[in-house]
Amino acid sequence: MRVKLSKRVLKESLYALKSLITGDIRLLLGLVIFMAYAVLAFVVSRFIPFSPKRWGVVPRDIPPCWNYPLGTTSMGQDLFWILTLALQNSIIIGIVVASVSTFVGVVVGLLAGYKGGYLDRILTTLTDTFIAVPSLPILIMLTALFLGRIHILMLSAVLCVFNWPWPAKQARSMMLSLRERTFIETAVFSGTGTVGVILGEVMPLIAPWILANFTNTVLVAIATEAGLATIGVSSLEEATLGTMIYWALQYQAMFRGHWWWIAVPAGTIVILFFSLFLVSTAISSIFSLERSAK
Amino acid sequence: MRPIIKYAASRLVSYLLTIFIGITLCFIFPRFVPIDPVTTILSRTTQTGAFMEPEAFRAMRETLLETFGLKGSLQEQYFNFLRRAFTGDFGPSLSAYPSKVNDIIARSLPWTLGLLFSVSLISWVFGNLIGLLAGYYKDRKISKTLELFAMVIYPIPYYVMALILIFVFIFWLPLFPLMGAHAIGFKPSLSLEFLLTVLRHSFLPALSIVIVNLGWWILSMRALSTRISEEDFVRFAIVKGLRTRVILVRYYMRNALLPQITQLAMTLGNIFNGAILTEYLFAYPGIGAMLWWAVSSADVNLMMGIVTLSIIAVSTSALLIDLIYPLIDPRIRYGSK
Repeated sequence: MRVKLSKRVLKESLYALKSLITGDIRLLLGLVIFMAYAVLAFVVSRFIPFSPKRWGVVPRDIPPCWNYPLGTTSMGQDLFWILTLALQNSIIIGIVVASVSTFVGVVVGLLAGYKGGYLDRILTTLTDTFIAVPSLPILIMLTALFLGRIHILMLSAVLCVFNWPWPAKQARSMMLSLRERTFIETAVFSGTGTVGVILGEVMPLIAPWILANFTNTVLVAIATEAGLATIGVSSLEEATLGTMIYWALQYQAMFRGHWWWIAVPAGTIVILFFSLFLVSTAISSIFSLERSAK
Repeated sequence: MRPIIKYAASRLVSYLLTIFIGITLCFIFPRFVPIDPVTTILSRTTQTGAFMEPEAFRAMRETLLETFGLKGSLQEQYFNFLRRAFTGDFGPSLSAYPSKVNDIIARSLPWTLGLLFSVSLISWVFGNLIGLLAGYYKDRKISKTLELFAMVIYPIPYYVMALILIFVFIFWLPLFPLMGAHAIGFKPSLSLEFLLTVLRHSFLPALSIVIVNLGWWILSMRALSTRISEEDFVRFAIVKGLRTRVILVRYYMRNALLPQITQLAMTLGNIFNGAILTEYLFAYPGIGAMLWWAVSSADVNLMMGIVTLSIIAVSTSALLIDLIYPLIDPRIRYGSK
């Protein structure tokens, strides 16, 4: 019985995934671009022929050419290999922050919406406050204490503090509208506990939205890290998309005419974020279509 | 109680709470960091090669302990910290001793607020107008192109947009100056000349934020007005033969503007975040550039002052927008139920 059920669930979710991917060209395009970057970050980066962080391994200041497809830096580093490492670190930061803060946000939001009363009021106030506080000055002040040597995971933990409120706010409003529906009442009156209702009844309905929000948070986290790095308070020894910009700015790449040095991280950020944004909007628009059809 | 007073009161409470929690975060955070800020700052100072008498070193350590509020028990520290934040007494700047932190902030805050307000207003007005039209003519080709354009533009972070603009308009086509908010040699005054140089210097920083925000307002307004166009009352208005202008203003705008104003109040913090980085990249003499200066010279007093004040400034701006809200939303004036 159990096996049969899980098989059915698997089959259904596979079908849903297939219809999701083929149903919306935006989703397909976004996923293809993101996957290409992910392959660069986690597969291609395994084949780095030399330590890309070392200086003077390749000739300096070479514009993109056949041997160095993205050019080289003034420190004699190959931008292509640096980029693979940077993508790896940036995507790790994005995924860690998105997982933790989406989880925390959804739990807080659902709890607030489901329980109501004082708990709801306290949690909602807290959520609204965190949304209103300008986060970057606090983040800059905090990361500045690490003198540019903060560990990537520590940085992710810090970023989580400001990324859970948005999912919490939305999860709460979804819970509020779901709570009035009859099938939830039926579940409650037939003796299902809070956890059971949330996992069994509510989760399947808001799962696509959680996915969309997750994608969006990946984007925000990568962007925030890169912003901190641009000012010079991220993990400067590691390659991330932001530290690439930082070093290019430090060496005045733009005004010395080394446009490729700054164009590589900037262009990557633009295309990567476009793909993530495509995925998240496509998922949420499919989701809202499905909801209005019901 | 009249609903408008009730509304204002509840908004005021959440305003104070925002500031309170923001400042509390500033207090809690450095205590979770496994690095001792005092040692960090001291090592940064000695790193530069300055020789210090042991006496002076000890005195500096004491001062740092005090400025960080690390003296006394945790409660004492916290109340000291709150007192300093709420009385606005941040002491002298450590890097520009003996100027007061408050004076430095007072000099740079107008630049940031000016930038923040003009970019928010410009992008909000234009983005919503374009989005409204794009939503009304949602089946035209130009509307779809515009949506694609907004989708590419919106996810770009402010600082990347700033880099792109610096590359295009300063390096490639040297049309605009890079540094500062006005040409060298000008004293802030109310003359036309000064105004022109300020406009010329602020154009690119403002543009970089406006473009990105424009993307967001176009997208959200287009979505909103597309949804409104499917409502029955709009169809009725069209059948009734009302002019397009009337339909747009009375039927679309009235309904779509409310959520957009709420959004504006909520995105202010975000725009402010962006402004910090933009100021840094364009060397614009606002709060953001100051914060960078404070960070790079380990000026704790200035850092604390800027962070606290920016929390207050952004929350106050959001509060003002929300207090204007009842003028536009009649439901608050007549009672919400």
